[in-house]
Amino acid sequence: MAESQSTPVKSTLLQLSSNDAYQRWRLVKDKLVAQAVTLGGLGIIFAIVLIFFYLLYVVFPLLLSAHAESVSSYSAPAPELGKTVFLSMEEQNEIGVRFTDQGKAIFFAVADGKVNRVENLPIPESTQITSYTHGGVDKGIIAYGLSDGRVLVVKHDYKLSYPDGKRLITPAISFPLGAEPLVVDSQGQALTKIAVKQGDKNSSFLAKTADNRLILSSLTKKESMFDDQVSLERTDAVVELPADNVDFMLLDKELRNLYLASRSGDLTVLDITTKSEPVVKHKLNIMSQGVQISSMEFLNGDISVLVGDDSGTMAQWAIVRDKENRFSMQQLRSFKVSNAPLITINPEQRRKGMLVADANGEIGIYNSTAAREAIKEKVADGKPVAVTLSPRANAMLLQMENGVIQNWKIENEHPEISWTSLWQKVWYESYPEPAYIWQSSAASNDFEPKMSLTPLVFGTLKASFYAMLVAIPLALFGAIYTGYFMAPEIRQYVKPGIEIMGALPTVILGFLAGLWLAPFVEMHLTGIFTLLMIVPLGAMIFAFFWQHAPKEIRNRIPEGWDAIVLIPVVVLSSWLALEISPLIEAVCFNGDLRTWMRTEFGMGYDQRNTLVVGLAMGFAVIPMVFSIAEDAIFSVPKHLTTGSLALGATPWQTLSKVVILTASPGIFSAVMIGLGRAVGETMIVLMATGNTPVMDPSIFQGLRTLSANIAVEMPESEVNSTHYRVLFLAALVLFMFTFIVNSLAELVRQNLRQKYSSL
Amino acid sequence: MIKAWFKSGSPWIWMTAGAVSINLLLVVGLLLLIAVRGLGHFWPADIVEYQYQDKQGKQTQIIGEQVAESLLAEAQAVAAGHEVLNGAEYLLQFLVKTGNRDILGSDFRWIQDQYILARSEPDDLITVERREWGNFYGRLVAVKQNGTVIAEGEQAWTVAQDQLSKALELFKQIDHLQNKEVGAINYSLERLRLKQRALELKNQWDDTKRREFAEQKVAYEKEYAAIQEQLAKLNKEIKCCSLVVKEAGGREITIPMNRVVKLTRPNAMSVFDKSIEYVSNFISFISDNPREANTEGGIFPAIFGTILMVMLMAVVVTPFGVIAAVYMREYAKQGFVTRIIRIAVNNLAGVPSIVYGVFGLGFFVYIIGGSIDRLFFPEAAPAPVFGTPGLLWASLTLALMTLPVVIVATEEGLSRIPKSIREGSLALGATKAETLWRTVLPMASPAIMTGLILAVARAAGEVAPLMLVGVVKLAPTLPLDGNFPYLHLDRKFMHLGFHIYDVGFQSPNVEAARPLVYATSLLLVMVIVGLNMFAIAIRNNLREKFRALEN
Repeated sequence: MAESQSTPVKSTLLQLSSNDAYQRWRLVKDKLVAQAVTLGGLGIIFAIVLIFFYLLYVVFPLLLSAHAESVSSYSAPAPELGKTVFLSMEEQNEIGVRFTDQGKAIFFAVADGKVNRVENLPIPESTQITSYTHGGVDKGIIAYGLSDGRVLVVKHDYKLSYPDGKRLITPAISFPLGAEPLVVDSQGQALTKIAVKQGDKNSSFLAKTADNRLILSSLTKKESMFDDQVSLERTDAVVELPADNVDFMLLDKELRNLYLASRSGDLTVLDITTKSEPVVKHKLNIMSQGVQISSMEFLNGDISVLVGDDSGTMAQWAIVRDKENRFSMQQLRSFKVSNAPLITINPEQRRKGMLVADANGEIGIYNSTAAREAIKEKVADGKPVAVTLSPRANAMLLQMENGVIQNWKIENEHPEISWTSLWQKVWYESYPEPAYIWQSSAASNDFEPKMSLTPLVFGTLKASFYAMLVAIPLALFGAIYTGYFMAPEIRQYVKPGIEIMGALPTVILGFLAGLWLAPFVEMHLTGIFTLLMIVPLGAMIFAFFWQHAPKEIRNRIPEGWDAIVLIPVVVLSSWLALEISPLIEAVCFNGDLRTWMRTEFGMGYDQRNTLVVGLAMGFAVIPMVFSIAEDAIFSVPKHLTTGSLALGATPWQTLSKVVILTASPGIFSAVMIGLGRAVGETMIVLMATGNTPVMDPSIFQGLRTLSANIAVEMPESEVNSTHYRVLFLAALVLFMFTFIVNSLAELVRQNLRQKYSSL
Repeated sequence: MIKAWFKSGSPWIWMTAGAVSINLLLVVGLLLLIAVRGLGHFWPADIVEYQYQDKQGKQTQIIGEQVAESLLAEAQAVAAGHEVLNGAEYLLQFLVKTGNRDILGSDFRWIQDQYILARSEPDDLITVERREWGNFYGRLVAVKQNGTVIAEGEQAWTVAQDQLSKALELFKQIDHLQNKEVGAINYSLERLRLKQRALELKNQWDDTKRREFAEQKVAYEKEYAAIQEQLAKLNKEIKCCSLVVKEAGGREITIPMNRVVKLTRPNAMSVFDKSIEYVSNFISFISDNPREANTEGGIFPAIFGTILMVMLMAVVVTPFGVIAAVYMREYAKQGFVTRIIRIAVNNLAGVPSIVYGVFGLGFFVYIIGGSIDRLFFPEAAPAPVFGTPGLLWASLTLALMTLPVVIVATEEGLSRIPKSIREGSLALGATKAETLWRTVLPMASPAIMTGLILAVARAAGEVAPLMLVGVVKLAPTLPLDGNFPYLHLDRKFMHLGFHIYDVGFQSPNVEAARPLVYATSLLLVMVIVGLNMFAIAIRNNLREKFRALEN
């Protein structure tokens, strides 16, 4: 190598220095290189900062608060056609519709209120409209109850087409149950209140008649076996309850439960699974003294009922099954909206959110999972007559008493995320109590995403804890021996030998842990615990006899070779431990530890559990901790140890009082870096646990870590969705954790280095 | 005595020694475990014929390879729901690979020693490695050609081997035509479509172009038709022969020759024959494509993908790593800035690999890749070209991840170069850049090499980030092929480490795939440990050299 440095000299230095242009070029080159290198060096800082800020940039929208802004307002189109009873708009926020109390549907442009189309609904001439309702805002179903006991069901629909490459939306009205009104009350009484749900196969109506009867009629589509004829089968039932004070009626979309409420707060829940025989399931009063219900609506999914009262509070109630399998109606949470009666509640169609409006023209948008108020806005001084949210919940229309329609734009991208929903217990629908749950996605549209990072952080810490429990004693003890006692001629092989372990791909460790170690541990569970006791004991007993053995034998092995001598002892005692474990199991645990644990303590056993992860990940962490700690111990200045020994301290005293103390910052940084590695490790936990996000402290249960969760769910998450950003948040949490741990370790190490250089 | 012994502290010293022994045993044990299991995969195992009488007293014959055994204590066996006969203390069970998944429903079966009446290893048992349904175990009855028997009994074996080698030759031709030739035509047609779209977007799509493109299209279609004709002929030829075989239950089934990969009689082989078979199995393992959802066949595309990705990564990571190290050692003033950089380097090394994956996916793929697509490949929209995980992004992500490895190794190399050498060069009038380029870097090159090798070893084994930025379980085409522009940086690729994860944990038939996973692991471990040892050797060599220089 020394030869290659001699550069071919073309001319003497003196000659070169007289060559000005060449000299200048050399200096320019020198400058350029210096600048490029500096840029490259600072690039490292840039890289780490870039990673941090990029992660933050993706996570940031989660923290942004929602806001609404008024886009336009105009007087309601075609006011001569009646008062609005129901407002709605379609997906693209281009066309809105208002249904009137005269049975007209007026489609209009959302932007300026220009009439697009007017539909006359086929209300028979001899009758009047006595009541109206919607059959789920997402379905586009509107029903009118008539004065002769009949019901007309109408559906509004929008077709997209692209003539000349431009989007054109054509609204249409259809009649899913026929254009002829259906008879609900055979006695022909006027229907003063109705509730409707129309599904693909089953539809139900609940009607309150003028003479205070409650009639439940259900239609089931029957397809004939022989031809394509569809016939409707009809079941009627009379709900035997005093109907005079029923003011709110809700039918869920599964047609299982019927909710009846009076203004004073008496809520009755009926089971209508058998359509001919409604059964009362729950009966309770949900209002405090003096407060009255002012509005009631389902939350998306029809599992929870939102109840607004005249004191301005909205509460979420749902049927909850407790641990003993008993059902009861419970209040999950409530929101204080204002001090005026809440007159309408409008659920979002795809999320668990809602728009609430009070009698003073104040509106609020909330999310139930996050228990969060996204928007609170005073829109007008009057009382809104009708309110609607667009299907994507990014626009709303309000019609005020004075006939003006306001069109608002809403930006509320990630309402389901709040500090509560990420880190605290949340009472999800259909859960017996508030809990930490991670369940990010399901097939259906009305699924409530459960994105609590707590079980994942818990899993991460649990896995790292057990991994460190395995790694720290083995790595640090090993480092102490290798760095201080071991003979140099074996140290030069032992150190790289253990360090090479760190180079082993974790996917291989994970694969062995999942497919080899997990079944092995399952088979030899007692053996593993016996091993923990027998191996150290065996080593001690051997050491005792060895030290008291005759000198001739001891002198055969040079000093610092103890680790090699111990290898057969460890092998032998491990074998012994595995051999006697069935015996121990037979004597103490009735022959099978797992059955014993289950019967005695009710402890379950997962094949891929924390014990397996701890062992495998501990193995992965050992080399890193070992290597750094060994360096620290080995580089303790020799004059310190020799001084201590010369003063009469035993090797053990020197070690514990001088060496470890001096090297303790290095050992600390080794443990920190090992912890950082364990926390971020992905493949081992992915493969060696069942990836179940449970919060169970048992060592025999599985877990899911932040990193494994990212690996599992990231490929399927939609870009820029809430789920995607929450996964980035998980990555950011990991980044921050390792950043703190690593920076701390590095600072400690730098200080240590300075100290040594002064010693 | 014991008390005094404890007080002397020597038991604790022995404990620390014990920790070293355990660590060493763990390393050696792990490597041995992988080696034994991985190497065993290629050895042609003997096929055993069991006479078996199960609990109900029904007598059956089972033919298969014995792959594992388990010894359960009586109580454990009872807890697992087994019946232990004759008051035995232990229950001995064997896992037998019975193959014949098409007939039996699964490849494996646990049988209990207590029900085995007899076992034998007759020479006439055959293993048929098939392209579908896994292995077949049984006896060869006859060879058929176009429906008529051409060989039976003893003769059948030799005839079958002849026919098989013919069929394999034909299969190779068919495979070449289907994948290479037809693939090339499809690729050209797709390019033609994209070109047309690009012209349309630029409003340059006119009649002359239209005619020109139509001509090219017709030419390709003609070529395609010719290949199809050839394929039909070959397919007819390959389908003429078939094997008639008998399974353990005595049923005769026909296996068409084009479904057969290999036909062996392991029981009749000598140790020498088996060794040859072993080598050939190993070669086909590293050179074949995977079959049956990766659970059978070779791992060539995974090896190829890993190497290509690692090479691209090395190209990126080396200059950046070296420059950063040079800055820290040669240019920066030791102080605050270098401390910050050191912390940054350590953090880069300590950030979990999955975070790099997340960063790569979001930043490289969606932001940079998405912008590239919008600027340079508008014709491909809405299909992404670079805006989707692929080889380039995987390499860049791993380059970022392995940067600290190169930096640390290079820095160490630079720090070992004696000051006198730099000073000598400067004293002779060289500028700092010249000193760097002509003396320092050449002397540090082995250290750079070390860093690079360590980086490559790290990248070759890393899986978590790759799962997000470009690795797939089965890539239809290699990222390097004969179609312009030859190196397809936008393609997805296969990777050894991911292959292990995928086959071991996500395949439908984990038990059957397990030996293959061990073999793949062994290969990966050998490569990585080899690379590491090589790096360590270079480093030690370097240290020796500089020590000599210093004195």
